[in-house]
Amino acid sequence: MKYGILIVSHSKDIAIGVKKLIEQAAPKLSITTAGGTDDGEIGSSLEKIQTAVEKNSGDEILAFYDLGSSKMNLEMMIEMTDKKIHKYDVALVEGAYAAATLAEIESPLETIEKTLEPLKIK
Amino acid sequence: MELSLADTKKWIELFVQKVESEKSQLNELDTAIGDGDHGTNMDRGMKAITDAFSKKEPEDIVSLHKTVAFALIQKVGGASGPLYGTAFLDMSKKAKDDADLTTLIQTGLAGLKRRGQSDVGMKTMIDVWEPVANALKADEFNQSVIDEALTSNKALVATKGRASYLEEKSKGHLDPGAQSSAYLFEALLTVLGA
Ligand SMILES: [Mg+2]
Repeated sequence: MKYGILIVSHSKDIAIGVKKLIEQAAPKLSITTAGGTDDGEIGSSLEKIQTAVEKNSGDEILAFYDLGSSKMNLEMMIEMTDKKIHKYDVALVEGAYAAATLAEIESPLETIEKTLEPLKIK
Repeated sequence: MELSLADTKKWIELFVQKVESEKSQLNELDTAIGDGDHGTNMDRGMKAITDAFSKKEPEDIVSLHKTVAFALIQKVGGASGPLYGTAFLDMSKKAKDDADLTTLIQTGLAGLKRRGQSDVGMKTMIDVWEPVANALKADEFNQSVIDEALTSNKALVATKGRASYLEEKSKGHLDPGAQSSAYLFEALLTVLGA
């Protein structure tokens, strides 16, 4: 598929929970997660993000995050990889859900981003 | 002025020692306006730096900065990981064509601003990095530059990071990242013999 979804959270449970939720709306999409630190603690891990990016089979990635260091690690990843990653500063659950629903039916990026616009919170 | 490889390594080793001995102090500062883990997080990063140095002796300034960057990026866990990590990674890249100390610190500062989307006066580590960078440029770097930076950081209301949720209540508390940055530059002062 054209787009895959990446969820980055400080909490492994949140990342997996969001994935489970949006899978309902988008069973065909590649959805990968990077939740918590390498030791499974609360925090974020560039290594986990890197793995989630590599595992994602979308041609381009729509990325959603929760808090500060998730965002910063995600931005580091964007600077380091050749893969096209679109990062959205929107409410994590609502944003990922809306994007997944639209990406599932192969909506154009423009439509997806227009839908995400009012969900911008950071 | 360029720091030699040996002095650069000594600088980082002194920083590691300082953070390790002040771990609980950093946690305490973070408890007041954050989640209490800055000391623990930084300590994990410091151990990773020591490990990386012992596994492979850095052969030049570029690789030394890169080693520090990756240890911090991989092991710190909190926001200070990508922040310090970006600063050192950018310094490493810069050192390939210009290893002047002032230039490197300014490059690190610019990296912090980019990664944190922040600037001086928001009650972050930038409040220490910027005056230090300026003082190095003016050839006036000394302990009072760091002390004054910490004093003014303490008086600020946080507008960036978790502490910003506390608004006025963040006033009167020193930002833990500013304190760990002060340790970094105190270690630098020691190496410079100032
Ligand atoms: Mg913290």
